[in-house]
Amino acid sequence: MLFTSYEFLGFVAVVILAYYLIPKKCQWPLLLAASYLFYLIAGVDCLVYILATTVTVYFVALRIERNTLRQTAYLKEHKGELSKDEKKAYKEGQKKIRLRWFVCCVLLNIGILAAVKYTNFFLSNVNGILTAFGQTKQLSFFSLALPMGISFYTFQALGYLIDVYRGTVPAEKNPFRFALFVSFFPQLVQGPISRFGDLGRTLYGEHAFDARTVSYGLQRVLWGYFKKMVVADRILAAVTAIIGDTNTYGGAYVFVGMLFYTLQLYADFTGGIDITIGIAETMGITVQENFNRPYFSKSLKEYWRRWHISMCSWFRDYVFYPVSVSGFMQKFSKFARGHFGQKVGKRLPVYISSFAVWFATGIWHGASWNFIVWGLGNWAVLMLSEELEPLYERFHGRFRFGEGLPYRVFQMGRTFLLVCCLNIFDCYHSLGETFRAFASMFTAGNWKVLWDGSLMELGLTGLDYGILGAGVALMLSVSLLGRSGSVRDKIAARPYPLRFAIWYGLFLAVLLMGAYGIGYDASQFIYNQF
Amino acid sequence: MKREHKHRPVLKFILSAIVALGGLFLLQRLLVPKYVDGIVEGAFVAEYYKEEKDFDVIFIGDCEVYENFSPIVLWEQYGINSYIRGSAEQYIWQSYYLLEDTLRYETPEVVIFNIQSLQFDVSQNEAYNRMTLEGMEWSPAKVKAILASMKPGEKFLDYVFPILRYHSRWSELESTDLRYLFDTKKVSHNGYYMRVDVRPAENVPEGRILADYSFGENAWKYLDMMTELCEEKGIELILIKAPSLYPYWYEEWEVQVEDYAAEHNLKYINFLELTEEVGIDYSLDTYDAGLHMNLSGAEKLASWLGNFLKEEIGLLDRRGEEALAASWKEKIADYEAEKQAQYEKYGMTGEK
Amino acid sequence: MEDLLEILRSLHPDVDFETEEYLIDKGILDSMDIVSLISEINDAFEVTITAKDIVPANFNSAQALYELIQELADEE
Repeated sequence: MLFTSYEFLGFVAVVILAYYLIPKKCQWPLLLAASYLFYLIAGVDCLVYILATTVTVYFVALRIERNTLRQTAYLKEHKGELSKDEKKAYKEGQKKIRLRWFVCCVLLNIGILAAVKYTNFFLSNVNGILTAFGQTKQLSFFSLALPMGISFYTFQALGYLIDVYRGTVPAEKNPFRFALFVSFFPQLVQGPISRFGDLGRTLYGEHAFDARTVSYGLQRVLWGYFKKMVVADRILAAVTAIIGDTNTYGGAYVFVGMLFYTLQLYADFTGGIDITIGIAETMGITVQENFNRPYFSKSLKEYWRRWHISMCSWFRDYVFYPVSVSGFMQKFSKFARGHFGQKVGKRLPVYISSFAVWFATGIWHGASWNFIVWGLGNWAVLMLSEELEPLYERFHGRFRFGEGLPYRVFQMGRTFLLVCCLNIFDCYHSLGETFRAFASMFTAGNWKVLWDGSLMELGLTGLDYGILGAGVALMLSVSLLGRSGSVRDKIAARPYPLRFAIWYGLFLAVLLMGAYGIGYDASQFIYNQF
Repeated sequence: MKREHKHRPVLKFILSAIVALGGLFLLQRLLVPKYVDGIVEGAFVAEYYKEEKDFDVIFIGDCEVYENFSPIVLWEQYGINSYIRGSAEQYIWQSYYLLEDTLRYETPEVVIFNIQSLQFDVSQNEAYNRMTLEGMEWSPAKVKAILASMKPGEKFLDYVFPILRYHSRWSELESTDLRYLFDTKKVSHNGYYMRVDVRPAENVPEGRILADYSFGENAWKYLDMMTELCEEKGIELILIKAPSLYPYWYEEWEVQVEDYAAEHNLKYINFLELTEEVGIDYSLDTYDAGLHMNLSGAEKLASWLGNFLKEEIGLLDRRGEEALAASWKEKIADYEAEKQAQYEKYGMTGEK
Repeated sequence: MEDLLEILRSLHPDVDFETEEYLIDKGILDSMDIVSLISEINDAFEVTITAKDIVPANFNSAQALYELIQELADEE
């Protein structure tokens, strides 16, 4: 079910209504039932995957926790009896048991994800190698359906498992409660990846109907639909046209396509997350924010702290830190410091582990070299700017113009363009096409298409551009307004008629200007021949 | 004072709801196409409900009924009270449900169905679906008609709330959308669409060779349902093929219809074979080179058909019924007025 | 404590680590800083800070970090 289908709206409306009509004790079980129904509608075979992840992670987490508890109890019981070394040996032994369970479960779940998501990617690469070696034999592809939301819920479940393994959250004893955490339906379509410690706080609570909570949630949902339907879905036509035909649309078009795609991605993704968070909010459930006005970032590093926060922090906490502070890396760091000097040696481990993280981030987004190169491109830029940092500082020390607003705006613009350039890797079908398109920006010299009316032939009319312009202006104003606190709070403080006009107006804007349905094309209704 | 305060939130809510829903209702009225000029065919289906429903003959079908027979002539010459429930590219399932819909109000003696639409087994065009279905009043028949007509990608909800379908029409609104916000304008003469201009039929193309000439299962199903329904209600069902030269009517199709009519003991009139008897002159009687009849052709066909209904079916002359005659007098006046207006429009003044 | 402040100052000479209580929340220490910080602390204090210890609560102030080091040293 897409967010923008009538079925989804109907489903959500029924769930929310039922949520407040049934006894409060039944609220979270209702959500579990709704989530599994939602999943069932997506396809029965998908259910097997999510059940596999839920069951394995649930049992292994319990097992790990029980082992920890037993260890503590044992040590307490035999307090005076054991020598320090004995204690240490016992602890190590227990830790090994836990680690074994943990690793098996992680491998199994990553394995499932990899099998459904990357098998064909792997096979196509093997085929490429076979061809390169002059083999005519080719492996045939599997047709595995990618279960809805598998990248999100697998990571969410594994995050929980790691937390339990580390002892930072207690294991959930009730399998049904845990199943809800993994399958919570508003998150299934496009995340975010919630932490058990965060989402679990409100997910199982009993929530009495509160007009304010519900209306705030609905307002958030409406705003999400505005971004998605009025802006993202409208600009999609032009994006598809540009990336679909590299021969016609080179040079300046690539530049336009890059900006449009970045706008579309922003409106679609943040809008979708607004819908998710808003739906949860109407039921009194807090889902962590996933974005923090990303395009006001002054550097790529900052951007990655403000864009898709749940995914970035997942990779940071569960991959980057463990790898970079691991014993192996510490040893390697010492070795590197001895051989390459203090400065390089200190950074080398960080660079290597962040390389791993960005490779993983890339491939997590999609099974293709495009995404891998996109991830590594981000890595390269981040590392480069890290290396150049002293140079910047010296520069700014000499010329003191780095403080005013104009310079900050320049920094934001620069970061935005950088993100646009990197995003180009998500767009085109192959890497070759991407590089050709990118290069054509500097060689084609067709910049006149920006003002000679060619942009009107991309499937968007002047009116569409007008709506998009207004939509972007509105999103920008809301972002600016949001810097000093909740925009909804600000509107709520206004007199009722104004408040009503604002939200009704937004609703009408989505209804009338949203790019949905078959759409009215007057020429279609022209009477011809019958 | 205190009690008043207690009621305020409720009042606020009710007032807001009224404003919100009222606004939506107005917007919906504003945005739906009005079909009062240009493409008036979209308004035909709805016009029927305003009639005094006591017809002897109901036509159902596509443009081959609503452009080819003049109910005015049927009345003037034979005293037959008829109505055409036609619409553009009306598919057979739509014809069937329009018949069901009609039977909610009245049971005519004769139903005339033009079999051109047997060639389609599924709906071809969403716009034509809309032009037929939107005008129907809500009833089980309409629901079934929508469900039978929807093409992949169409949503039932879009028929319930047409604003969802026409939401983007705000950029194409015209003054007629405001003028006919609540009002309607009569655009047909008992379902007949008048054209007086002439464009002779020349060089009518031969039909393309088809891979398969047999009509589809779905189309047959609805013809069976129509036959059964008429039999059950004691209605004489007459199948016709209007004398349109194009779209091409294949011999293979003709055979199938003839067989069906014989098998079910139905009358079938193929006007393509009667053009001489009716007196159709394709250089004078068509306004679009043989696709449809103009006024002259439609009057000739009605005249022949009226005689057939009187002689073969035995329909009675109702010109003596005072109330009915009075209502027809008005209709005839409208008819004559439009005739004159069209003669002027097409620069044909003084011809008749 | 003084040793720790020394290490911190070598990373960001311009920050007052004795009073600052939101090193993470304000984005003063980024992930790169944290990794190099940990490797230096591990060397200097002979402790092992693992990934599970990297939470804002432990890194927001020099005091919190010092307490973490103490705690880990006790466990050893």
